Amino acid sequence: MPDGTPPPKPLVELRAVSKHFGQGSTRVDALVDVTMSVAPGEVVGLLGPSGSGKTTLLNVIGCVIEPSEGWLSLDGEVVYDRRWLRRDLRRLRLEKIGFIFQVANLLPFLSSTENVMGVMELAGVSSRDARTRAVELLEYLDVGHRKFAMPAQLSGGEAQRVAIARALANHPRIILADEPTATLDSERAGVVMDLLRKIATDRDAAVICVTHDEAIFDRFDRIFRLRDGRLVSMITNPNENAGSHRSPPSARLRSP
Amino acid sequence: MNLAFRDIRHNLLRFVLTCFGLSLLLGIVITMTGIYRGALDDALRLVRATNPDLWIVEASTNGPFAESSRISGDTREMVARVYGVERAGAVTYQPVQTEIRGKALRLFVVGFELGRLGGPRKLVAGRQLLRSHYEIVVDGSAGLALGTEIPLGTHGHTFTVVGLTRDEVTSGGDPVAYMTLLDAQQLQFERAPPIARRESARGGAAAATNIVNAVVARVSPYVPVADVAASVARWKHLSALTQAQQEALVSKFVIERQRKQLGMFMVLLVIVSAVIIALIIYSLTMDKLRSIATLKLVGAPDRTIIGLIVQQALSMGVVGFLIGLALVMAFRGYFPRRVILLPDDVAVLFAIVIVVCLAASSLGVRAAVKVDPSKALVG
Repeated sequence: MPDGTPPPKPLVELRAVSKHFGQGSTRVDALVDVTMSVAPGEVVGLLGPSGSGKTTLLNVIGCVIEPSEGWLSLDGEVVYDRRWLRRDLRRLRLEKIGFIFQVANLLPFLSSTENVMGVMELAGVSSRDARTRAVELLEYLDVGHRKFAMPAQLSGGEAQRVAIARALANHPRIILADEPTATLDSERAGVVMDLLRKIATDRDAAVICVTHDEAIFDRFDRIFRLRDGRLVSMITNPNENAGSHRSPPSARLRSP
Repeated sequence: MNLAFRDIRHNLLRFVLTCFGLSLLLGIVITMTGIYRGALDDALRLVRATNPDLWIVEASTNGPFAESSRISGDTREMVARVYGVERAGAVTYQPVQTEIRGKALRLFVVGFELGRLGGPRKLVAGRQLLRSHYEIVVDGSAGLALGTEIPLGTHGHTFTVVGLTRDEVTSGGDPVAYMTLLDAQQLQFERAPPIARRESARGGAAAATNIVNAVVARVSPYVPVADVAASVARWKHLSALTQAQQEALVSKFVIERQRKQLGMFMVLLVIVSAVIIALIIYSLTMDKLRSIATLKLVGAPDRTIIGLIVQQALSMGVVGFLIGLALVMAFRGYFPRRVILLPDDVAVLFAIVIVVCLAASSLGVRAAVKVDPSKALVG
């Protein structure tokens, strides 16, 4: 390192991770020897055609499905080492990982605030504190004025912001986003990507984003391309201004 | 935050309509219990109206309610002389049917000796029988006013209503009517004039009419009832039943079939309720699969998901039960038979409803627990 600072410890680290489904003639190799790491503050993209293993990779990193082989570490904790799997994956998901979906996936029977505070309550935060923090998060994401609205009353962009607030509720350091801009127009897609960038910067979080949207390719620090379950390339954004898309810091947008 | 409550609030109209439908079903179950209790109370009320210590009936019979019993009218005098018997009275029981203003009227006639055991306990209007003939005291459920003339029997006599009782009906719902023993015996045992003339022409003997169905006796508190019963049973043509035995016979045999019928109907309705609750909860769970997958993905434990489903099932059952109970309480006066709701019966039914809700929610819980959290990631 030119300045002598040690490289930051990766938040997400995979070594030779494979995942297969089925046995024998019906065996499908969804991931083959995937090795990658994502550092704090990084926003990386996962690209690839349908069936290339992007969602499977996201599921493995998100501790939703168990790898078949390899080694996986999240925020310095080993989750999977060859045949050994951590037991408390649910708690790991709750505390360390924030999920953002293609569609907002808000619980339709909860208001914006309740959708956000519900995740905090699951982590043991008191109802009162959860409500306060939920409102702060919604304001941080510019949807504070919609805190009492039910999901059916929100526009696509507003719903996605509430979903992002929910993903941030328990201060996760790893954000997994599955095509978060797929249902948004280019302007709103840009706004969402700016938010993800801001979150990565403000919270020193790693953001991993599956996308097909070419318009946002230049928003990533690095892009991993997958094909047939294999990582075929890793491109570092040559544009040093990837950070230029970062939102200017402002007092109002300070992380709660 | 209670997810079940929030979901109910979100779909309030659907929840209310479902609960209302369920309440009608559970209301019928509650009514069945009330009808059974009413029938049992009606049957026992007749037995308890006299409330003797001993029932003396024809030997080897379970009379006079469970079986027919015919004993001689002078049995009362024999029984009254037994050591320990304080009071005794001869009684007859028989159903009769007549017509009043073109409408059929069924009565259950109790014949008793004036001034002796066996008469009506308490009147709500009018007076007790005073004349030895052609007066009658009837239950208010017959819909007869004081002074009404009722034609009864084959001899063309009419009886005047002089007194009214309340809630004195048989297990079949027929109002009980009291008349003097002589009148009752005439009604029950005297042949119609054409038959009597034919029998007389054939040279047959006149029919004996001094027959009663039972003799009721009150025993001195200083003498064991069992001793008096044993003394009476020494007459080979008589049997003695205690009040407790008589009540057991009535509740066990007289309304046994009715109890089984109502019980069967209740079991079927409870099963239907369980199936309906299970289907509703299952369909509500199916509607929420994506939400459940999302909850699981963000780290919700299974107990949160199970709680959501079970609490909804319980809410549905409890609200449905309470509405059903309120409906029954509000409309029970309109039923043709008495509907008696005992707190214990209501508590047992409530417990059954809770168990049924828990069992019915298992289908939805099973479906929810099997939901794969990765389903939330599918677009």
